[in-house]
This record gives sequence, structure tokens and C-alpha cells, in this order.
Amino acid sequence: MTHPSDAGPAPVLALKDISKSFGAVRALRDVSLELFPGEVHALAGENGAGKSTLIKTLAGVHRPDAGQVLLDGAPTVFHGPADARDAGIAVIYQEPTLFPDLSIAENIFMGRQPRRALGRIDHKATRAATAALMKRLGVELDPERPARGLSIADQQIVEIAKALSFDARVLIMDEPTAALTGSEVARLFGVVRTLREQGSAVLFISHRLEEIFQICGRVTTLRDGALISSEPLEGMTEDDLVRRMVGRDLDELYPKQDVEAGEVALSVRRLTREGVFTDVSFEVRRGEIVGLAGLVGAGRTEVARSVFGVDRWDAGEVEVEGRRLTNGAPSTAMAAGLALVPEDRRAQGLVMDMSIERNIGLTGLRATVRAGLMDRGAERSRSLDWAVRLQVKYARIADTVSTLSGGNQQKVVLAKWLATGPKVLIVDEPTRGIDVGTKAEVHRLLSQLAADGVAVLMISSDLPEILGMADRVLVMHEGRLTAEIPRSEATEESVMAAATGRAAA
Amino acid sequence: MTVTAPTPAPAAEVPRSSGTRLVDRVFKMRELAILAVFLVMIAVTQTGNSEFLSEQGIKDLLLNATILVLVATGQSLVVITRNVDLSVGSTLGISAFAAGTCLQGGGDPVLAVLLAVLLGVGCGLVNGLLVSLGQVPALVVTLGTLYIIRGIDSIWVGSRQITAADLPGGFVDFGSGGISAVPYLALIALAVLVVAAYYLKHFGSGRELYALGSNPEAARLAGIPVRRRILTAYVVCGALAGLAGALYLARFGNVDSGTGNGYELTVVSAVVVGGVVFTGGSGSVYGAALGALLLTSVNSVLPALGVSSVWVLAINGVLLILAIAVDRVVALRVASALKKRNARHG
Repeated sequence: MTHPSDAGPAPVLALKDISKSFGAVRALRDVSLELFPGEVHALAGENGAGKSTLIKTLAGVHRPDAGQVLLDGAPTVFHGPADARDAGIAVIYQEPTLFPDLSIAENIFMGRQPRRALGRIDHKATRAATAALMKRLGVELDPERPARGLSIADQQIVEIAKALSFDARVLIMDEPTAALTGSEVARLFGVVRTLREQGSAVLFISHRLEEIFQICGRVTTLRDGALISSEPLEGMTEDDLVRRMVGRDLDELYPKQDVEAGEVALSVRRLTREGVFTDVSFEVRRGEIVGLAGLVGAGRTEVARSVFGVDRWDAGEVEVEGRRLTNGAPSTAMAAGLALVPEDRRAQGLVMDMSIERNIGLTGLRATVRAGLMDRGAERSRSLDWAVRLQVKYARIADTVSTLSGGNQQKVVLAKWLATGPKVLIVDEPTRGIDVGTKAEVHRLLSQLAADGVAVLMISSDLPEILGMADRVLVMHEGRLTAEIPRSEATEESVMAAATGRAAA
Repeated sequence: MTVTAPTPAPAAEVPRSSGTRLVDRVFKMRELAILAVFLVMIAVTQTGNSEFLSEQGIKDLLLNATILVLVATGQSLVVITRNVDLSVGSTLGISAFAAGTCLQGGGDPVLAVLLAVLLGVGCGLVNGLLVSLGQVPALVVTLGTLYIIRGIDSIWVGSRQITAADLPGGFVDFGSGGISAVPYLALIALAVLVVAAYYLKHFGSGRELYALGSNPEAARLAGIPVRRRILTAYVVCGALAGLAGALYLARFGNVDSGTGNGYELTVVSAVVVGGVVFTGGSGSVYGAALGALLLTSVNSVLPALGVSSVWVLAINGVLLILAIAVDRVVALRVASALKKRNARHG
């Protein structure tokens, strides 16, 4: 493979004036992109800007309506994902695409297994090659174990191993860091840098701007399906980039208002769920935003689920405004004024095939029932009211939620819970996978809620978000609360130290 | 990048850690459990009725299982891809009658069997095309073809019937004959079974059936020819149902328009009892064959113990639900074990 320094400026893969429509929606309009060997290239844009369509065009999933895909300068047509793969293009999608029932080795080599005589698979060689890849990536994963149950970070490692296994010249990573913790991101970036040095072209998509600046050399920005710019990152500021993505100046990303904390609204005492979390005690006061930080798997989500009553706890107690909650009963938690906006909005927060209005209406079924029947009019006006207040962008309120972008879906989940008029709001990763514009809106909303006297518990793996929004930061490590840090003392170092268990908290 | 795909390293470097063994064990355990239930059942019956395991007894046991094993093997291929073929009973019926008609007219037995298989291939092709191109749920499509094929069968056959007297003696003898206690038909089923199992484990296209049942979207993204693979599974399933039809004719010598009616449910039960997961991606044809053996032997065991055969259906139902319950519990156990291992690895 040619090294970038001695290779002329010849892009290994390029898109020229690509357009693609889905029905009436023009997802891409005359977009061009050049990927050079030995560069990490960022693709930036808000949700719905056309990034996914662009990636899928490069991956051979979509065929462009107009324009050309150039491979080593020669026009190419990918008839399917297999063509793109054979051309040396590997894609790591946001949602890992593994076969849960098959072993890691089979996942990596599916469709390209080393063969013995008569076309039979050489299982031994497959295993050995996988073990070699794992060694090279510096991870301890058993090639024979099934992919089911792997953490997201490990699933991505498997995807990267897959890309390495066929000598990918172009690696496309769609938000690989969205679900990773700090150390996992560092490990991933190590791998990406190695690939870059070996002459691969990497197309990197992330909503975390600091990551783009950390690892990428150039950036291409899309907005509403159109190319805005393609330029070196050197000399750019985050604000410059955001302006290109959003098309306007962004108000402050963390618009935290200072609010005097009121009485205790949520009190959790010595909560334990065996094998999951132990002896967790904390309080959240009215008007406060309390951040709950920690590595993925530290037990944060699990605590939230138990507090809300989705999972039972084994010991301890939970009170909302002095009212003791029943163990394992979400309905009493809701009645007491508790709302939980879950981490996985697609699976837990929304009924994807239902309309926006009905999704928002779900939590208010009791309020909108008259004489035992649904009052559709009341449901609609209630839903419309909240959709407008949260500035959800939709065509018609009767459209299914699946037609919305990720950020707007998240707003629908929030609307659904805010419509219950909660006293305590627990939000789990409220801005994961959401573009900066919507992110700022969600933050402003949380801040406003706190100012209105709602107690907010915010679980987040996004450290700047925790530091920017929280009045107090609670940190969990391996199922225990290891630190409580006031806003004034909370820094990336102090939080990470506690999250990794290094702190003498 | 430096790694050029398969660089076989010395086998010694390949770690085989506890996770491997755990999963291996579970899958073997699943099949061993059925085998154990089967053996216990046979042992109990033998103590109650010492005539049960006579040479003829064993032969009957195997003969009864043969046809179900064949169809269940084909069905497994389809179920592994997260689909199902409900038309196998109709396919079996129409193929059996076609083979019978051919033999009745003085046709060559080999030709008759071939005809049955081809007819099965045709049915499989229709199913496969509808499911893979139409993007319609297999349950509905094959329910439709179940009725269509049965309808055509009824119109064609009418009230006619083929009996053993209409068939060449050699064909009928082959159907009931064997090498001591092992019937020829069982040997055919065993051969098919071994070939299918070997194909699924050692050939790329076989593994791809598992892949696309495990995660269809990922299979598409991995460049697996999803439609072609699904089509293949249905064609093989149809072919085996056709072959089973010919063997049915040889075994019973008696075919009419109702032959194979309702058989699809027995087949699906056998497959599921045998540990082929209905949501695709997991299970083996050996398991399905054991499931078939277990379900058919209940039929022989009860009369041998003097229990009325009206209990057979209920017992089959219990076995089915038991099997699913066991699968669920095992799946949960494995999942939590794997999670714990993750946690330890950090």
C-alpha cells in the first residue's frame, strides 16, 4: 500500500455530484467527497443532513440516482454491499451488525471463510486468523464465543477486526463512540491512528465535536442533503464547525441556569440489587440537576430502573417527596410524580410504528379517558401542545415516530414524560446520538424544568454534558457510588478518577 | 494494513477458553437431553413390556421415525433462516400420489422417486420465490401454499386411492425391508441427515443460512445473497418432503387425497423439540432428527405400556412446551454467564 507522503494527491475513493432521493425526500443533492489514503476524514452534519445516506452509498447499500462513485479515480458501480467490500471498503455502522448466534470468528469471516479442499470451511484457520486479529488489536476475546452478550465496545472491536481481516483500504465509522466510555474511546482511537499510519483512509462520523478535532485531519460538512464545505480542520474552532453544520450561530450548548435547590424530592437510601449495585444512597432536591456519571456497566441505568420500579431491588428504600415507593411497581412511581426517560429510545421509549400524537399520549391514557373510552380529541390537543412546546419537527402529528430523526424522536420521548407533569425526572443518556442543535435544545429544556422546580437526575456518559449541566455529580464504579462532587470541584479528571475507581473518594 | 486475511497460525495459539466450552456444552447438552429423555422412555417401556425392543420392535420404531426425520431435516434448514414451511404436509401428499400413479402405470421405481423429489422441488421453488421476492411473512405464504397444493391434490386425486396391490412388489418390499433391524428407509434418512449436517457445518453457504437467520439485516450488509439462500433452503425442504412422499408410499403403500394432512405441525413440533430455535440462527439437524425420533416413539411407547393412544397428542404438546421452556431457561443462563465473563474482562 502506498504511503501518503510518497503518494500523489489521488483519492482512493471519491463521490462526485451524488444525488439520491427516497420518494419525495431528497436525501443527497450533488454531494462530492474525496477520501485520501492515510487520512482520517470527518463527516459532520446534524441528524437528517444526509450522512447515513452518504455512507450507505459508499457501502453499496444505496445506488445513487445521479453522480459517480470513483474508486482509485475510475468510475465504479457497486451492485451491493459485497461489491463495496471486495473493493476494500469496510463500514462500521452505528448499530453493530453482528450475528448473535454465531462465534466471533464466524462473524468476522462470514462469506469469506478460509477454505479447505472441496470448498469446505477451514474452521481451524478461521479461528487462528481471528486469534491473530485479536492479538493485533490487543484485546482478549475468545474467537469461539458467540457474539451474543458482547458489550458494544467489544462488538465494535469485532467489526474493526472484520475490516482488518480483508485489508480494508477505506474504513467508514458511523458514530463508533456513541456508546463507549472514555477508555474504550482511547482504545478505539489508538486503532484508528494505526490504520491511518498504515495508509488506510478513515471516514469518521461523530456528534462529539471534540473527538472530531482530536483525531481527524479534514472535515466535510453536510446540511439538508447538500455539501456545505470540505476543508482541513486545522485552524478551525468548534464554533466554526457548528456554524457550518447548523447554518446559524448556536446558542450556548450548556445553558445551565443557577437555581436555588429546594426540598428533597427524591431520596434513595441504601438501595441494593444483588450482583448489580450495592448500597446506593443519594438525594435530589427540587430545582437541582444531579449528574450520574460512570463507565458503561457501572450500574447507573440499573439504579434508575430500580428506582422507577422496572426492576425490583433487594434492599433499601426510595421516597418521592416523602412518599415511600413500592418495590417493583412503576405505576406507583408514576403516581408519585416520577418519570424515567430511558436510554434506548427506540426499544424502550417509543412505539416506533405509532404516530407522534399517540406516543406522547401513551403516558396520559388515564387523563384522556372519558367514560372508559379514549377521548382522541383530548389526546391530540395534549400531544400537539407538548410537541409544540418542545419544538418537535414533523410533517403531521399523525406521522409515525419512525419517520423522525433521532433528535426529534428523543424530544417525543421527553414530551411523553413531561406531559405527566413529573416532580422528579430521570433522564438516561438524554442526548446520545443527537446533533448539536437539538442537544442544546434538550439542555435548555432540562435547565428550564429544573428552574420550574423539577428535580432532575441525569445519567450521561458525555462528560462535558455532565460538567456543563449538573449542579452535583454522583459517580458510580462497579455498582457502587464512589463520589459526590459539587459543581465547583467537578472536572474531567476528578470525575474520571472516581469512575475508574482510582479516586480516594 | 498488513494482515492478509487467513494466515493460519499454529493451532496451539488458539485460545479455547471457558466461554467456548460453555457454549459447546450447552448445544451438546440440548441434544443430549433429548437423547436422555428418549432412552429413559425406551428403558421404562422395555421394563414394562419386554417384547418392546424385539428386532421387529426396533425396526418399527425406526421406520416410524424415518419419514418425519426426513421432512424435519428439510424444515430445519428453513427454520434456521428464520422462516417456516407449512406446506410440507401437502407436498408430501401430492408427491406420494404422483409417485404412486407413476408406479401404477408400470413406471420404473427410481423414476417414480425422482418424480416425487422433483415435484417437491417445484413446491419448494414456489414457496421460496414467494417468501424471498415477495417479502411476505413465511407463515402466511406457506399457509397459502399449504391449501393451494392440497387443493390441487384433491382435484387431481378425487376419491381415488392407491393401495399396495397397485404397486410393484419390489417397491413395497424395499419399504418394509432392511438389514436386520435397520430398515433401508432409515438408512436413506440417515444418509440425508449426515449430508445436511455436514453441509451446514462445513460449507460457507450452510453457515450463511445461520447468519441470515441470526440477523437478516447484518446478513444483507455482509453481502450474503439472502434471497438465493432462502430459496435454496425452501427448495431443499421441498425436495426432502417430496422424497419423504415417495418413502411414505413405499412404507404404507396406501395413498389418497388426505395423505399428509396436518403433518406440517408434527414436523414443526419435532424441529422445535429438537432445539432448532424458531426465531432462527441456531440449532442443528441432528437435534431435529432426535426430536422426530422422540415424538414418533411416543406413538409406539404408549400402546406397548397399555396406555390409550388418545394420550399421544397431549404428550407431544407437553414435550413441545417443555422443550421451549428449557430453551428459554438455558438461554437466560448462558446470557448471564457470558455477561459475567464480560464484566471480568472489563
